[in-house]
Amino acid sequence: MNDACNRKERLVVVGNGMAAIRTVEELLSRTPDRYDVTVIGAEPHPNYNRIMLSSVLAGEKTVDEIVINPRGWYDEHGVTLITGNAVTAIDRAAKTVSLGDRAVLYDKLLLGTGSKPLAPPIPGLGLPGVHAFRDIADVDAMIAASELHRRAVVIGGGLLGLEAAWGLKRRGMSVAVVHLMSTLMERQLDATAGELLQRDLDARGIAFFTDGQTEEILGSDKAEGVLLADGRQIEADLVVLAIGIRPNIDLARAAGLDVNRGLLVGDDMRTSDTSIYAVGECIEHNGQVFGLVAPIWEQAKVCGARLAGDDEAVYVPPPIFTILKITGVDVFSAGALAAADEADEEITLHDARRGVYKKVILRDDRVVGSVLYGHVVDGPWYVQLMREKADVSAFRDQLVFGRAFAERAGAPAPKIDIAAMPDSEQVCDCNGVSKGRICEAITAKELTTLDAVRAHTKASASCGSCTAKVEAILAHMGGAVAHRADPAMCKCTDHGHDAVRRAILEQELKTMAAVRQALGWKTADGCQKCRPALNYYLICAWPETYRDDAQSRFVNERVHANIQKDGTFSVVPRMWGGLTNSRELRAIADVAEKYAIPTVKVTGGQRIDLLGVKKEQLPAVWGDLSKAGLVSGHAYGKALRTVKTCVGSEWCRFGTQDSTGLGVKIEKMCWGSWTPHKVKLAVSGCPRNCAEATIKDIGVVCVEAGYDVVVGGNGGVEVRVTDHLVRLATEEDVLEHVGAFMQLYREEARYLERTAPWVARMGIDYVREQVVTDADNRRALHERFLTSQRMVQNDPWAKRAAGAEAHEYNAMAEVV
Amino acid sequence: MSGRRWIEVGRLDDIPRRGSRRVKGPEADLPIAVFRTADDRIFALVDRCPHKAGPLSEGIVQGCAVACPLHGWVIHLDSGEAEAPDEGRVPVVAVKVEDGRIWLAPPQSCASRKRKVA
Repeated sequence: MNDACNRKERLVVVGNGMAAIRTVEELLSRTPDRYDVTVIGAEPHPNYNRIMLSSVLAGEKTVDEIVINPRGWYDEHGVTLITGNAVTAIDRAAKTVSLGDRAVLYDKLLLGTGSKPLAPPIPGLGLPGVHAFRDIADVDAMIAASELHRRAVVIGGGLLGLEAAWGLKRRGMSVAVVHLMSTLMERQLDATAGELLQRDLDARGIAFFTDGQTEEILGSDKAEGVLLADGRQIEADLVVLAIGIRPNIDLARAAGLDVNRGLLVGDDMRTSDTSIYAVGECIEHNGQVFGLVAPIWEQAKVCGARLAGDDEAVYVPPPIFTILKITGVDVFSAGALAAADEADEEITLHDARRGVYKKVILRDDRVVGSVLYGHVVDGPWYVQLMREKADVSAFRDQLVFGRAFAERAGAPAPKIDIAAMPDSEQVCDCNGVSKGRICEAITAKELTTLDAVRAHTKASASCGSCTAKVEAILAHMGGAVAHRADPAMCKCTDHGHDAVRRAILEQELKTMAAVRQALGWKTADGCQKCRPALNYYLICAWPETYRDDAQSRFVNERVHANIQKDGTFSVVPRMWGGLTNSRELRAIADVAEKYAIPTVKVTGGQRIDLLGVKKEQLPAVWGDLSKAGLVSGHAYGKALRTVKTCVGSEWCRFGTQDSTGLGVKIEKMCWGSWTPHKVKLAVSGCPRNCAEATIKDIGVVCVEAGYDVVVGGNGGVEVRVTDHLVRLATEEDVLEHVGAFMQLYREEARYLERTAPWVARMGIDYVREQVVTDADNRRALHERFLTSQRMVQNDPWAKRAAGAEAHEYNAMAEVV
Repeated sequence: MSGRRWIEVGRLDDIPRRGSRRVKGPEADLPIAVFRTADDRIFALVDRCPHKAGPLSEGIVQGCAVACPLHGWVIHLDSGEAEAPDEGRVPVVAVKVEDGRIWLAPPQSCASRKRKVA
C-alpha cells in the first residue's frame, strides 16, 4: 500500500444491472479518471433494460434492442467487465470480493445485487416448466415454451404478471392469470381502475382467477397445472411465477452488513461499512424497498456523486409512478391511490362505456396522487404538479379533465407545446432529464435523431413513454432536424419515409432511379423494403404519368392474387357493398367446378374467396368471371379492399338510411385505389352497427339525423376503435369526406402504416382540421383522389385474362 | 466441366429485368428459378428458399440477390447463400447465355431428359 498515492482507487461493482451501471455512468460523468472500475455481473450479458423484458417476451423488441450499454461502452470508458460470474463472498477486513477461487481487491465497493423473484411456499416449484420472470434466461425459456406448448398460467396479477401474461398471449398461448387479491394491480390501482383493466384484458382473451390462492403446482415430472386453495384446477404446460420480488441480500448478510428486508443504506447510499455503497432493488432506505425505476435513478445519481467526492449529495425519494406496458391498454398511477383520511379529497371522472377513468387525490389543495385508465396523457402533468407541490385550487374544477382543459378552458387539446415548456420541466421521468438538458445536448453535439438524443441524454431511453415529447423537442430545435424523427426507410438510405415523400414532390422526382440518385441511395436497385414503398410514393405523387414497376411489387400485387403457403393462389371477386345476385353466384359456382377449386369460403369482408387456384389457371379463371361482370376484389393488395354493409332502411326495421346503397356508392368511388396499406370500410344503417363500422379504416354509421363518419379503426391484433371525424347530412357530403380522407392518408401516411397507427400518430384533431374544418383543402384532396382514381379504375383481371403479362403465369420452360 | 448436359430454356428477353421465371421439372425434381438482374446478368437457383421452401422466383430481385416473398430472406444469386444474419444455402444451377439464349445445366436427374418449351 506504499504506492497508494500513485495508483488510482479501485472501485469494484458487484452487479451489472441498471442501478449499478447507471451509478457508474453518473460517477464517470463527474470524474472519469478517479477509479479503476471493475464490474462483475452474474448474467452473461452486458447491461440491459430489465423493464423492457416484457417487450422482448411480447415479440416487440429483440434482446439486442434492449441492451443499454454494449460491451464497447465498457471498453471505451476503461471499465473492466466480468460477466457470467457471480461473486461468492466479501471479505471486508481484506477488502476483497471472491470470484470462484480468485479474489478482487477493492478500495470502494458498490453493491447492486438487485432482487430475487418471490416464490410462494408451495409444492411443485422445482418442476420443469415452472419459471420466474426476471431475466433474459427466463424470457428465453418462456419463449421456447410458447413455441412447444399451448397453455400457460401466470401466478400474480401485478404489473409484472400482467405483462408476462400479455407477452405469452401475443406468442399465441392461451393464458390464465391467478391473483391472490380481488382486483388486479392493487398496489398501483384502485378497485375501479383494476376492474376496468380486468375487463379489457378479459376481452383480449386472458382468463382471470382472482381471489385465487395457489396451493400446489401439479405434475409429476413436469408442470401440468395449478391447484387453488378453493379446489379450482387450471391445466397448464407453463407456469410463470410473478408474485413479486425481494431484495437479494445474501452476499451482504454473509458479509455482516446491517440488513433488514433489504440492505440498509442511509441518505448517502452508504451501508453500515463506510467503504461499501449500495443502490437499486437490493437496498432498504427509510423502511422502503424499491422495484420501480424512477427512485433507483435518483439513487444512482446520489451514489455516483458521493463516489465522485461530493459530500452534499443526499437521496430524497421522488414521487413514484407506474405505467403498464401492454400495447393498447393505458394505465397510469402515481402517489396515493385513494384519500387517506377525511382531510383528503378525491375528484373522479368515470366514463364506463369508453373505458375511461381518472382520479386525482388532493390534500390541502395539492395533488398527492392520481390513477388514470384509458386516457393517460396527463399522467406526467399530475406527477409534475405533485413534484412542484403546486396549489391547484384556482383550476380544480378543470383538473380532472387534464392539462389542456385546465390551462385554456374550452380550447381543443393542443399538441405538445414545446415553445411554452420551461427549460426546467422534467421531460423524462425515468431518467430525470429536463427539457433544458435535452436542448443543450442537441445543440452541443449536433444531434439529429431520437436514438442519438437517447444515447447522449437517456431521455426516453427507459420506459419510452415520453418519446413523443423528446421527438417534439428535437423537431422544435430545427426545421430540417424535425423530420429526422422519421426513421430511415431501410438499409439503402438514411432518409426517412416522410423526407423521401417531400423530396419527390419538391424536387419533382418522377422515377425510382431519379429518387435513388437525388437522395444518394447506397444501393443501385434498392431492396424489398424501399422498392415497393418508392413505387407507391411515385404512383401517389404522379398518378397521371408514373409507370408502375411490376418488379418492385410484392408477388401478390404483381400477379393480382394472394399466394398461399402451398404456392397456389386465392381469387376474390369484388361484390359491391357485399351485394351479389344469381348470375354472379352461378358464374362463381361454374368456375369452382370447372377448375376443381378445392375451397370456397365467405370472407370477413362479405366477399367469396376461391382458394387453391393454380397460378397457370388464374387468367382462365378470371376470364370466366369477367364474362359474368365480376372484377378484381383487390384482396391481395395494399389497396382498397371492401366496403362491408348491413341491409339498412331498404329492409331492416331499424335502418335509418340506405346503408347498402351508400356502401355501393363509396366502393364505386374508391375501388382500384393503391394505398399505403390495406383499407377496409363499412357502412352501418343504424347505431346498432351490424357492419362493425367502428373498427374499420373508415366507417359510416347512419343515424336519423344523417351520417357519422368515423376513421382510424382496426380489428386486427391491435384492436382500435375509430375516432369520430364528423356528422354529415347528405350522401354527397359523405362521399366527399371519405374521398378526402382517403387522399390525405394516401399522401401522408408511411408505406405499410395502417390508418389506425397513422391517425394515432397524427392525432384526430389534425385529420379533422385537414378534412373537415378546412373546406377548400377537403375539396382539393377529394379532387386529387378522383384524378388518381381515373387512372386506376380498370380491371387488372380482364387485361390479364386477355393475355397481358402472360410471362407471370407460365413457366419459362418445362424439363420433362 | 466436361460431361455437363446443357439444356436451352428460353431467351434473355423472356425474363423481365430485375425479374425471374421458373423452369419446371418433372414432379420428383425441384423447379429452378432463373433470374435476370438490372444489368442483364443471368443466374439460376433451385426455386426453394432454404428457410421455409418459399418460391424464390416470386421474390423481388435487387442487385445480385433476391428477397424471398414468404419471410424476406435475402439470397445471393451467385453463391446461393443467405445474407447474414440468416444462415442457409440453396443449390446453384449452372447457367450460360449465348446469342441471347439461356442454357441451364440442371442437376443430373433432369439433365438426362428432354426439354419442351411451354
